[in-house]
Amino acid sequence: MAAPQAGHDLHQKTLAELSAALHERVVSSEELTRVFLDRIERFNPILNCFTTITREHALAQAKAADRRLKSGQGGPLTGLPIAHKDIFCTLGVKTACGSRMLDSFIAPYNATLIEHMHDAGMVMLGKTNMDEFAMGSSNETSYYGPVKNPWDPERVPGGSSGGSACAIAAQIAPAATGTDTGGSIRQPASLCGITGLKPTYGRVSRYGMIAFASSLDQGGPMAHTAEDIAMLLKVMAGFDKRDSTSVDRPVPDYTARLNDDIQGLTIGLPKEYFGEGVDSEIQALIDAAIKVFETLGAKARTISLPNTHLSIPAYYVVAPAECSSNLARYDGVRYGYRCKDPRDLADLYCRSRGEGFGAEVKRRIMIGTYALSAGYYDAYYLKAQQIRRLISEDFKKAFEDVDLIVGPTSPTVAFKLGEKTDDPVTMYLSDIYTVSVNLAGLPGLSMPVGFVGGLPVGLQIIGNYFSEARLCNVAHRFQQETEWHRMRPEGFS
Amino acid sequence: MDWEPVIGLEIHVQLATKSKIFSGASTRYGAEANTQACDVDVGLPGVLPVLNEEAVRMAIKLGLAIDATIARRSVFARKNYFYPDLPKGYQISQYELPIVSRGYVEIQADGEEPKIIGVTRAHLEEDAGKSVHEGFASMSGIDLNRAGTPLLEIVSEPDMRSAKEAIAYMKTIHTLVRYLEISDANMQEGSFRCDANVSVRPKGATAFGTRAELKNLNSFRFVERAINYELQRQIDMLEAGERILQETRLYDANKNETRSMRGKEEANDYRYFPDPDLLPLELDERYIESVRAELPELPRQKKLRFMADYDLSAYDAGVLSSSRELADFYEATVRASGSDPKLCANWVMGDLLGALNKEGKSITESPVSPTMVGALMARIADNTISGKIAKEVFEAMWRSEGDADAIIAAKGLKQVTDTRAIERFIDEVLEENAEQLAQYRSGKEKLFGHFVGQILKKSRGKANPQQVNTLLRKKLKGPSS
Repeated sequence: MAAPQAGHDLHQKTLAELSAALHERVVSSEELTRVFLDRIERFNPILNCFTTITREHALAQAKAADRRLKSGQGGPLTGLPIAHKDIFCTLGVKTACGSRMLDSFIAPYNATLIEHMHDAGMVMLGKTNMDEFAMGSSNETSYYGPVKNPWDPERVPGGSSGGSACAIAAQIAPAATGTDTGGSIRQPASLCGITGLKPTYGRVSRYGMIAFASSLDQGGPMAHTAEDIAMLLKVMAGFDKRDSTSVDRPVPDYTARLNDDIQGLTIGLPKEYFGEGVDSEIQALIDAAIKVFETLGAKARTISLPNTHLSIPAYYVVAPAECSSNLARYDGVRYGYRCKDPRDLADLYCRSRGEGFGAEVKRRIMIGTYALSAGYYDAYYLKAQQIRRLISEDFKKAFEDVDLIVGPTSPTVAFKLGEKTDDPVTMYLSDIYTVSVNLAGLPGLSMPVGFVGGLPVGLQIIGNYFSEARLCNVAHRFQQETEWHRMRPEGFS
Repeated sequence: MDWEPVIGLEIHVQLATKSKIFSGASTRYGAEANTQACDVDVGLPGVLPVLNEEAVRMAIKLGLAIDATIARRSVFARKNYFYPDLPKGYQISQYELPIVSRGYVEIQADGEEPKIIGVTRAHLEEDAGKSVHEGFASMSGIDLNRAGTPLLEIVSEPDMRSAKEAIAYMKTIHTLVRYLEISDANMQEGSFRCDANVSVRPKGATAFGTRAELKNLNSFRFVERAINYELQRQIDMLEAGERILQETRLYDANKNETRSMRGKEEANDYRYFPDPDLLPLELDERYIESVRAELPELPRQKKLRFMADYDLSAYDAGVLSSSRELADFYEATVRASGSDPKLCANWVMGDLLGALNKEGKSITESPVSPTMVGALMARIADNTISGKIAKEVFEAMWRSEGDADAIIAAKGLKQVTDTRAIERFIDEVLEENAEQLAQYRSGKEKLFGHFVGQILKKSRGKANPQQVNTLLRKKLKGPSS
């Protein structure tokens, strides 16, 4: 690993630094965009983090951004390149969601989040690879093949927003969008050594974001730093009348609060997050990070989230149940994959879905269908919803005593490709520290806090509802004191 | 054995909102296939439903009109099943917590006493699209224009005991939704559809028999026929010692029979669960009261008012309040006539409805306006014309020959009330009927009527019949001429 020389290579810079460069006219958006497009061409064949590259589209947007900047109409994000997870519908651009089912699908509209990014003048470089329909923790379930971790191409980048995390870590995109249903922003951010935020449920519109589990899904930003996250979230967040679950509440200026004092802040350390499951070297890095917070004036104390052990079972009932219904629309009738020469309606359904979906998606549809079936609904779905309330209550109680909750994002560093593909349950357990945040609808941020065996380790900061400004603030103050977010993998300079 | 029918109805009412229940697409009927299906209706990846408030207000109106409980909190659920015209693979509907529950309506079947029928619930849901089987070789077409159209499913208690009662209930609901202007309730276009749950049990029994659900009942006539067929089928089976199966049966109007569609075992497991894309619908008292304030006078209230204010019989008041348009026509007629409301009722129900029926027109398509009918009534009341001449004037109005006064003037139909003119007709008739006059004088008094007829005929119906009577009598009693 190597720390970059200051201000040298554009691709190594943070979004905030690039924004300054654009506004000072040191570089044009078109030049910047070409830098990243060239890097995609160079490195994507190795990493497989983009499934669609929108070169023409990007250059047109960059030129428009340059005109805007020249006329003084540009905002902080105008002209900055970004990669979008292929779960967001993009008008006129293939939106496949990592699935053969949607391999032929050209979205006829833009997701609300995409509209916001376009309106801010951001330049879409392309669409990033992901686990099929966001179901996976390693990016290995994608129809387009696995994404490699830039820190070790034999390892996974995490999932499901693995393509986005990888693209940022390898500096072939300065920022990206992701979605997080059970940890899909935070876990890959952790495994790739970048910063990622899952906002409060309802903070970012879900319209145009292809649904996996509607009550858990939330889109969010991924970038190198908390400062970049703050800039991006300001534009992503906000009420959308097209999404009934989005919350009508003002969007704060996250950037303005980045340098707030954290003196006296209380940080809760859930004893359930520091158990035997955590690698001791990871544990040491988390402890060191907590020390940094303490030197900034925060106080740490142990707390308990007693129902944490129930979060994985509850999640793996609720998420599959919702997905079994959400994915029913992929039937070969109106768009997407249709099997060849169906004999009759049943054959059309069976083969279109059988051939169009991969194994993990089918597994979850089966689990979810079972959980919602007559006679099982009360025992599974209803019970899981009750557990969900217990988990929310745990957090509610905890936030009466502490301002933030901190722990590891993932129990391990990036694992080897293929290591867990035959054992879904072990794979599911890699979400153990992230899923309860989704079940409760809380915001959570992951940021790099060191390395174990040359692989990044992430720290998760969980806040109360709508405390994104505080999360960015705390992470930013940490990043002012440390260099972990400035580390870049070798081979991608 | 004496058997007692037990019938409950599920009525699907298409709500007359401008846009769909969860999208902004138009609900207009009859557009070219798939031109009124937006991203949400097609079920594209990533789209989300947003509840149409107008549909909610309409559901509340129905609830208030049947004295039901309006749920302060109701929940939209997903009903999951695969069908090509169901774009999302699930229908959004209300399941455990419907917006309306526990109401009732009063019905009156022909020639029977009024009866209360319970309404178990009414819930909001979206309609599916349509499969089109013509014009596609070995395939079916899908038209999603109807997908997402708001429906209110009104479920009755099993309170009806005959097909006649079922029809009366259905008509009551039909009238009500049209009064409330929440649906055009057009059965041909499918905006008022009905399924019937039918069973029989020995008279006096309290437990219900096994029921069959009858589908495809798309007219009042078919509902009655299908229920009667099904009742007889069940009775025949039971009397032959066979068992009734719980099943869904399709009514075939051509053969007038019901056929098994699917049994209980083949029934879908719909895997209902609350739709995570929609928040629970919460309504406060103020909101509900704001809807109540918009309620029009309801059919029952109107009927009672007609009986009280216009002194109409229950039957006449019932007919005239059977639709809001007819009631409005009638009241406008009364106002325009400034005269006898009963006379107006007779004319609107008799000549007007008769003429409309003959031409298959509805009251809103009437070529004569309430003002015109009212003016005609006024001329009867002030003796300008007789009731008989009025029929001639009415027919001319129907043919658009002008208003009553113009027609009376143009055709010279004004009643003759001039005594000397009438006496002239009398004299002429008696002269022409010298023989009958002699018979009359010799005691054949029945001939009086004959003379009146002749005189009226001579006056071309214009002589005031009462005056003719009086003057003729006087003449015949008086000194012979």
